[in-house]
Amino acid sequence: MKTIFRYLKPYVGAVVFAMFVKLIGTILELMIPYVLEYMIDEVVPSRSMTKVLVIGTLMVLLAVGARTVHVYANRKAVKVAQNTIYDVRRDLFWKSLNFSGSQMDAIGLPSLTSRMTADSYNIQNFIRAFQTMGIRAPILLVGGIIITLTMDAGLASILLVIAPVMIVLIVLISSRGIPMFEKVQKRLDDIIRIMRENITGIRVVKALSREEYEKGRFEAANQRMIRTDSLAGLLMALPGPISTLFLNCGLTLVVVIGAQRVNAGVTKPGVILAFLTYFNMILMGVMALNRVFVMMSKANASANRIGEVIDTPEDLTRLPEAIAPGTHRDGYIIFDHVDFEYKAADESADVQDFGGSGKGLVLSDIDFSMKKGGSLGIIGATGCGKTTVINLLMRFYDATAGHVYLNGRDVRTYDKDELHRLFGVVFQNDVIFADTIRENIVFGRNVTEEQMKLAAEDAKAAEFINGYEDGYDHMAAIRGANFSGGQRQRLLISRALAADPQILILDDSSSALDYRTDADLRKNIREHHGDSTLIVIAQRASSIMGLDDIIVLDEGKIAGHGTHEELLKSCPIYRDIYDTQMGEAR
Amino acid sequence: MAKMGSVRENPKDTRGALLRMLKYLGTYKFLLALIILLSIGGNVLALLGPDFAGKAINEAAAGAGKVNFERVYYYAKRMLLCYLLSSAVTFSISIIMMYVSKWIAGKMRKDVFDKLMKLPVGYFDVNQAGDIISRVSYDIDVVGTCLATDVVQIINSIVTVTGSFVMMVIISPLLSVIALITVPLAIFYTSRMRRITQPRFSKRSKVYGKMNGFVEEMFSGQKTINAYAYENGVNDRYDVINHEAADAYYDAEYYGVTMGPSVGAINNIGLALVGILGSALYLLEKINLGQISSFILYTRKFSGPINEIANIVNELYSALAAAERVFTLLDEPEETADAADAEVLADVRGHVEMKNVSFGYVPEKTILHDLSLDAHAGKLVAIVGPTGAGKTTIINLLMRFYDVNSGEIFVDEKETRCLTRRSLRDAYAMVLQDTWVFEGTIFENIAYGKENATMEEVVRAAKAAHIHKFITCLPQGYRTVISADGGNISKGQKQLLTIARAMLYDAKMLILDEATSNVDTETERQIQKAMRELMAGKTCFVIAHRLSTIKNANHILVLNQGDVVESGKHEELMAKKGFYYDLYAAQFE
Repeated sequence: MKTIFRYLKPYVGAVVFAMFVKLIGTILELMIPYVLEYMIDEVVPSRSMTKVLVIGTLMVLLAVGARTVHVYANRKAVKVAQNTIYDVRRDLFWKSLNFSGSQMDAIGLPSLTSRMTADSYNIQNFIRAFQTMGIRAPILLVGGIIITLTMDAGLASILLVIAPVMIVLIVLISSRGIPMFEKVQKRLDDIIRIMRENITGIRVVKALSREEYEKGRFEAANQRMIRTDSLAGLLMALPGPISTLFLNCGLTLVVVIGAQRVNAGVTKPGVILAFLTYFNMILMGVMALNRVFVMMSKANASANRIGEVIDTPEDLTRLPEAIAPGTHRDGYIIFDHVDFEYKAADESADVQDFGGSGKGLVLSDIDFSMKKGGSLGIIGATGCGKTTVINLLMRFYDATAGHVYLNGRDVRTYDKDELHRLFGVVFQNDVIFADTIRENIVFGRNVTEEQMKLAAEDAKAAEFINGYEDGYDHMAAIRGANFSGGQRQRLLISRALAADPQILILDDSSSALDYRTDADLRKNIREHHGDSTLIVIAQRASSIMGLDDIIVLDEGKIAGHGTHEELLKSCPIYRDIYDTQMGEAR
Repeated sequence: MAKMGSVRENPKDTRGALLRMLKYLGTYKFLLALIILLSIGGNVLALLGPDFAGKAINEAAAGAGKVNFERVYYYAKRMLLCYLLSSAVTFSISIIMMYVSKWIAGKMRKDVFDKLMKLPVGYFDVNQAGDIISRVSYDIDVVGTCLATDVVQIINSIVTVTGSFVMMVIISPLLSVIALITVPLAIFYTSRMRRITQPRFSKRSKVYGKMNGFVEEMFSGQKTINAYAYENGVNDRYDVINHEAADAYYDAEYYGVTMGPSVGAINNIGLALVGILGSALYLLEKINLGQISSFILYTRKFSGPINEIANIVNELYSALAAAERVFTLLDEPEETADAADAEVLADVRGHVEMKNVSFGYVPEKTILHDLSLDAHAGKLVAIVGPTGAGKTTIINLLMRFYDVNSGEIFVDEKETRCLTRRSLRDAYAMVLQDTWVFEGTIFENIAYGKENATMEEVVRAAKAAHIHKFITCLPQGYRTVISADGGNISKGQKQLLTIARAMLYDAKMLILDEATSNVDTETERQIQKAMRELMAGKTCFVIAHRLSTIKNANHILVLNQGDVVESGKHEELMAKKGFYYDLYAAQFE
């Protein structure tokens, strides 16, 4: 709830105004029955048709006035909801977009998406409803209580006994109901997760004819959702009938006690009759209040989930240069005895950590340096921590021990964007966006048309791009599904080359390329991007053997470091890799 | 591909959506009938309660010292009973309907998912996952909420309106005429407004779908966006969509919120007319004051639900717009059904033959031209060629993810379109380029292809795929849960898992799409050994760029631009010094 109020703050004026207007509308509306009663009780017996017509006209005017005022207030309320939710989504998106690697791991993509969507809709509905419904309820409730108190405080005291019991009961039920909504949301997350798994893995599911199994898996999650959702619904359906029951019991008490008071001569019979009407009014107030409350509990669950994201502190803050450690070592990129270990995800302790060997350090005592314009290959077994080196260099994570320096500065002292602008990078399984080829290569940077085309040439992508009638304006499908694996990789490499980056990183980005293309690509990079500092992560020795320097990683440790020739002599692992790949082909 | 960009603008089939919603409700017609009965009972009780109250008050009105308490208690007891029952009835109604709505929402989710399982693979290539998912996460939720509350209200309203109208006519047919003016006026107004709001609510749903898709896509590429410092650019694009969504909401509600107050005003004007006309009738001595009072009482009861109907109609229409999006998905053309006389492919030998196959994903662009190949049972076919030569497409066709445009594909001399898809796909084991794991234990992920796989079998497959050691190093071994979308598990480890999965899956034919290119050399060598054992007696299609891995192929197909340019054994092709030779030589540049 805190989150909602924080976002409503700029619109407090508008909210108060909308609710004030709503108050006027409600008063106008509530006046109509009284005017009518006045007409029947006072005017009609006077037998003046003119007076009847005047009062009648007044009622019509009140009705029209109430409508105008209500519509106006409702629109104001919608406006506030629109503006608030826009702000919430803006911040939520921005925050998520800037999450660090470990923050992203902790919340997870599906959950983050549903916070962005389903949860924001809940809040939007609540913000509107509490402005339009939130005023009528208290008026009916407070008004009813005040009127009954002034009429006969003795009888009204029955209310003062019943009301607290009733409210305690409702709050008790709701306090159980509210956590249920969070549970419902979790169940929905499960359903969404299974859907997403099936959408991305549809080929595997179909190939293995597991459609029926998947249906079963989904149905199990669906049934769990139905059960939880029903239980939540059951709890939230209780307050309405309970409050009616309580007030009606109170009414019976009013009749009985009222009869005794009449008998004792303390109360007039008419008062009991009037209580009938006002109890009804109070009941309507309680019901409306309850409705707002239900919506509030739903919104609260959503607000907490959104708040969790928005209030996540930035975890990779910029380190002031004054207190940052310096280095006397020479080199453009320096890894100074770096260790890395994934932080245990505190929320989901059952989710295992798959980095490296599965426990402990993913990287240990990584120490190397490279010169500006140099080139480095990293090779090693699956899961040996090759990608983690890049994650630390680009500061998606911070090293657990040791330091990473770039151009003489600790990477933590860089502004995030300033740091990232130095790079052109292709990750493993990198993403093509559903946009034009042009936009996928340029990617929001100041890349000229010429640079873009040169990059595509160098990445060997120009050929197939030019094959499209619309060339660079050709649309990529979601996840680049309309391209083959090799085409995707060439587009990604074009993206990395386009801005002539200081540092070029290719992480397993040529695995889908044939040797011919791969060789041409390497030649182009060497010849046209020789100024870039190059880091290549690969499984193939041929992709890196021509580089200045090669690091062989084994279970997070450096098992060999040197040129191709040196390693062939000194590093058994490297020799083994080379012999397997080249030996057979020779 | 153009499909996702284009926005469907044709008018919505509201009636169709409504009818289909009613069909869902129809399953529970007995419960709905029960609700109607309960609602009538509840209304009678609601009328009786105040009546007994009035009688009790009349007894109390005898004045000081003269009250007959026995009578007061008598009526008070009945009054209390009525209220108790009425609360019980109200509660039952809302609980029943709540359950019904949850069941229907569950049924709709099930229908959507079952449908997804029947859609052709192509559907998922062109539709955003986020957009598909929003039908379940948002649209069905809207429908469910509407059912839970609005249906009860509609039934209640009908009962109340009918009941009070009957009472009004009994008291004064002449005064009731006013209701015949205001009610049609209210209905006319609502239906006119509906025409304005309906397209706007549809648009809102659509914009939400678009926003969900965008958010999902950008979050999944979040690391890349950061790496290119493109956060601001993406944020600007989101800002546009966010604005659009907020505006679509405002636009829809701007008109939506006029409904309630307007119908309220119509009713209040009706009340004024009743007052004026009633007074006139009183002056003409056609009616007495008591009758006017009760008539007004019933008018209020009568107009209460009509007030609400405006709100309900609003919600109903936004629910129908949501339901329609769900139904649109349910109406997507499914994978064409197997031919009526489709055979089940049994006792597979594994002879695969492609004859003059042509294919393109879109009609304008043919990717495979007149491709033929003959793979005898138990043979290893290597498909090589530069990227984009059409290698992945061959797999799509072999598995019938897509059907050929012309030509034929035979398995064991049977045309594959005359076979059931299931039996055809069952005959293949497959390791794809994009590895896929789901949230579940490692055991479940490996055992995925084979029902009732035992631990021994899974361990054997894992050992063969050389991932057993890695798995046993994990604290919970085979029971370790892989987080959604693979989390921290590396690409190579994922690949090993899917290889183990394929190993366990006992099929006569095997498809490998660049499966080994992401495993390190040491592991790959061992895998190749295991693969050779696994391949024994199986027809294998290997798509790999690493030529050393396919040197053992019985037959090599060299593809370029969708055509087979060369084919034969490694030595023969090398001797030819043609396209294959060029590709091969490039490895040493």
